[in-house]
Amino acid sequence: MNLFDYLRPASVSDAIAAWQPGAAYLGGGTNLVDLMKTGALQPGKVIDIARLPGLDRIESLPDGGTRIGALVKNSVLAGDPDFAAAFPMIAEALASGASGQLRNAATLGGNLMQRTRCVYFQDPHSACNRRESGNGCGALGGDTQNHAVLGWNDACIATNPSDLCVPLAALDAVVETQGPNGRRDIAFADFHRLPGDTPERETALEPGELILAVRLSSNAAASYQNSRYLKLRERTSFAFALVSAAAALQLKDGRITEARLAIGGVAAKPWRVPAAEALMLGQPPDTDLFRRAAAVALEDATPSGNNGYKIDLARRIAARSLALAAAGTPTRMPALPASVFGESAHV
Amino acid sequence: MSDILALAPRFGSNSGQSLTRRDGVAKVTGTATFAADNHPDGLLYAVYVPATIARGTVTHLDVAAAKAHPGVVEVITPENRPPLAGDPDSKPFMFAFRFEALQNNTVRYANQPIALVLAETFEAATEGARLLNPLYDAQQPRMGLDGDAPFTPESGGLGLPGTTVHGDIDAGHAASAQDIDVTYETPEQYHNAMETHAVVAQWNGDHVTLDIPSQAIVMQRGAFGYYFGIPPENVTIRSPYLGGGFGSKAIINGPQILAILAARMTGRPVKLMLSRDQMFGPSGHRGATRQRLRIGIDTDHRMTVLDHNSLATTSTFDTFVESAANASQGLYAAGALRSAHQGVRIDAGTPGPVRAPGEAPGSAALECAMDEMAYKAGIDPLEFRLKNYAETEPGTGKPYSSKALRDCYAQGAARFGWAGRPLAPRQMTDENGMLVGWGMGTALFAAPMFAAQARAVLRPDGTGLVETAASDMGQGAWTALAQIAADSLGLPMDRIEFRSGTSDLPDAGIAGGSAHTATAGGALHAAGTDAIRRLAELATGDPDSPLYGAGNAGVIARDGRLHARDDDTRSESFADIITRAGGAEVEGKGSASRTAEASAAHAMYSHGAVFAEVKVDPDLFQIRVTRLVGAFAAGRIINPKLTESQLMGGMIWGISFALHEEARFDQRTGRIMNADLAGYHIPVNADVSGLEVITVHEDDPHVNPLGIKGVGEIGITGTVGAIGNAIWHATGTRVRHFPIRIPDLLTGA
Ligand SMILES: Cc1cc2nc3c(=O)[nH]c(=O)nc-3n(C[C@H](O)[C@H](O)[C@H](O)COP(=O)(O)OP(=O)(O)OC[C@H]3O[C@@H](n4cnc5c(N)ncnc54)[C@H](O)[C@@H]3O)c2cc1C
Ligand code: SF4
Repeated sequence: MNLFDYLRPASVSDAIAAWQPGAAYLGGGTNLVDLMKTGALQPGKVIDIARLPGLDRIESLPDGGTRIGALVKNSVLAGDPDFAAAFPMIAEALASGASGQLRNAATLGGNLMQRTRCVYFQDPHSACNRRESGNGCGALGGDTQNHAVLGWNDACIATNPSDLCVPLAALDAVVETQGPNGRRDIAFADFHRLPGDTPERETALEPGELILAVRLSSNAAASYQNSRYLKLRERTSFAFALVSAAAALQLKDGRITEARLAIGGVAAKPWRVPAAEALMLGQPPDTDLFRRAAAVALEDATPSGNNGYKIDLARRIAARSLALAAAGTPTRMPALPASVFGESAHV
Repeated sequence: MSDILALAPRFGSNSGQSLTRRDGVAKVTGTATFAADNHPDGLLYAVYVPATIARGTVTHLDVAAAKAHPGVVEVITPENRPPLAGDPDSKPFMFAFRFEALQNNTVRYANQPIALVLAETFEAATEGARLLNPLYDAQQPRMGLDGDAPFTPESGGLGLPGTTVHGDIDAGHAASAQDIDVTYETPEQYHNAMETHAVVAQWNGDHVTLDIPSQAIVMQRGAFGYYFGIPPENVTIRSPYLGGGFGSKAIINGPQILAILAARMTGRPVKLMLSRDQMFGPSGHRGATRQRLRIGIDTDHRMTVLDHNSLATTSTFDTFVESAANASQGLYAAGALRSAHQGVRIDAGTPGPVRAPGEAPGSAALECAMDEMAYKAGIDPLEFRLKNYAETEPGTGKPYSSKALRDCYAQGAARFGWAGRPLAPRQMTDENGMLVGWGMGTALFAAPMFAAQARAVLRPDGTGLVETAASDMGQGAWTALAQIAADSLGLPMDRIEFRSGTSDLPDAGIAGGSAHTATAGGALHAAGTDAIRRLAELATGDPDSPLYGAGNAGVIARDGRLHARDDDTRSESFADIITRAGGAEVEGKGSASRTAEASAAHAMYSHGAVFAEVKVDPDLFQIRVTRLVGAFAAGRIINPKLTESQLMGGMIWGISFALHEEARFDQRTGRIMNADLAGYHIPVNADVSGLEVITVHEDDPHVNPLGIKGVGEIGITGTVGAIGNAIWHATGTRVRHFPIRIPDLLTGA
């Protein structure tokens, strides 16, 4: 690994002031350090933010919302009983990710910012437009089993790998940031970007901008009784999703009054389709309805390589997660979170 | 287990006991020193530069940039690489495979070493390696089973399986009333022992000391000596602990040779440890196979023919063809039997022995094909196997030295609850609506023996010392062998010192072929027996001993004393006998191997039966093995706990083979794109739910004097097929390649 400067600033403003092009913020390091070891990323300066004060709290806001500091560890958030009660599918998504050791180290901000698992991105000897704009896409025409079926173009076919981000997208979270130009809020739908003409820009963050927290509204918690995150993977645990889905419903008098559906593993961002959600409004929950909603959600999907299987699979998991949400949130975290082999994974 | 305990007194009280691994505490507390834990003064760190193309030549290396990096001491490339006494492209002895040690600038596969960087720190060496920034003249690599025209390997030796035919194949086909003709594929797999390859090399004149994990501690002295032009006795190998080997640590690889060469070149100790991704290249792997199986049966469901052809990938510059089709020898009583092998040369590293070489992929295909045949014939898969149970070795007609396979089938089936399994697939679901399937497979592994020597010493204080250069790879050799040694001396475990793991001890043979306990244990037993014989001579010839005149055969050793066989009250302690005789240590020597006559007289195998239950989501097709029961008969069990762990480990490897393991090559570049443990999946705990091992009692008077067969590899065989069959039984989809994954079942939906 290359030589780099290591800094541990005392405050958020010091951290931002220390930032310069080529620098990287270090959270738990579970993603950044791996990529530095392969040589995919070679920051000249590593700014360790893991001990910045005040960013490790889970707070209830006066308006009924919840605010989670960027340095809250994945395992701490998943294990917080009040948080898990209000946002069960976020807790389940977190608990289904990586391994116990990694979740103990990984931070909220780092999880949002984790890079794609595209192996050509991770490998400095392959061409990659994300690592370096204009370099070409090494994945295109290669081993693309894990790549995108939605929102991709020839510049980049990578997916966002985060489990956490799927329910955050479904629940319209807001990302609070601070950068050289001050503080701002970013709607989750705008946070991750599709490749477009600038595949190297994965998120809406400006250079040097730091995530401070993620906010969830009181309405996001209103579906707590009918929400579910489900993840398909090749191992029972410790594997990224092939595809996943977060579904949250509000039901009144046997009819759906609010429907939220986000699909993971299919695009550079968690995939949400307003038309698929709208289709369910006012309807009684029903398997056939959920299948139709899932079909609409995947309407625009096309394989970017040998990954056509994902389209069918994503449809199926979207429908299943909606059905499970309608059946009711499990009363406790399943022993195998988000797994089809966990308890309450069937309807 | 009660049977085993009943046997134990024959050799004393140590064998047959479930002693805990003697290295366990050292390993879990971090005090065990693995090769790379050694840091001699003046140590230099070596990092090799892996080729990022699979075929072509290196045209440029930025040596100046690497050398300019702070801490970098030397860069070795084909330009300045000092000569080796032995040619890396020669094949001077058994187990010698060609390797890359910077003999030229040709690239034969991705990840082969193309330079070595030496630095004062590991970090500096790593960065120096990156800065070399190689340029290549790259050619299109040949990849996969269709990468080139198949060839038939010359038979004889490791990795050179021939064609074996028993009976008239055409007549067997013609006589069949029903048949199947199916083709199965298995992928390239890499050993990935927890401890990656490592070496710390220190020269002293023309003597070199190597801290290196080795599965062949004494044998490798000669091999290293050959390449460096020094006699074997000038090579000291220290290998007290190995973090797994799986076959890869019996064979020399290029990076190790380069590190040793670098130590001689710089006059400083050098350490090299491969990174995880570098394990996918220069240190062997299991080649991919494509296996065609044709089975014919008569109207009574007896096999008229078993015709097994295997094509396997090997490298362009050396030959190791996975002997997969040989899995069909020795098991089922087919009227005609053929195992044939072909290879295909591609731009990958040379394969090598990987745990259950040949047997693992061969058994996977065979046991699935057997299942397909049984279903077509409309009979239960277990019944089909019993119908074709071989009472003598098929083809050769040799009697088995022992074969408790019927008991394995019976005990395994009973424990699993096999009876009542519906023949047709997709008949069973659980309370959640998951598809449930049951499958089975027969496990088989040859019980070979290599050659070993050992030394046993009785000391004047009545304690013993036993020595043999065995390898403990985590399988527990250190413990099981000490149990055998203690018994041979009639001493409790805590009164013997067991020395092992260095090359200045007697040769324990290679730790492979599931033969280490039998081979090294046999030598230890012989050495101990020899020491006791000499001690008995002293006692029975000494008028002052209560044993005077008892005759050599008239005494037995027990708990540190010799007793007259016919009168237990006549006895004397080892210490007293030795002290009175002048206090000189009593030394015994022993060796073990199998004679050609013994090999010719009997067919020798461990056997087993594996039963698997899987559950599959009917809509999403995620697969989980929910139960695995394996019943194995492997001769005498020295340590039931270790044996069970070995068998469990094998069965978990079977899950891995069936559902997870696969190196994924980019066909354009020839590079493996999942060369780390995040991408190269092996099972995690959650993938292993109900795992049960039964050891079936088996006395074997022929296999070797101790009656020991092996348990290191057999657990994989049978298991892979059982899981594949269970998946079919759950879903009705027959997937004819491994690993079986969600998309495979989705396509079948
Ligand atoms: C083997 C393995 C398996 C895994 N499996 C899963 C899985 O199944 N599901 C899943 O979702 N994830 C999985 N992960 C990924 C894991 O969730 C991420 O590595 C982790 O969340 C990253 O958090 P971190 O704090 O360690 O980030 P770091 O590694 O410290 O940082 C990651 C990136 O975020 C940036 N960053 C960090 N904090 C901030 C901030 N506050 N503001 C702005 N930028 C910031 C860093 O600069 C860096 O670019 C796995 C990881 C590994 C290694
Ligand atoms: S898919 Fe995207 S991340 Fe992967 S190689 Fe192509 S450009 Fe890079």
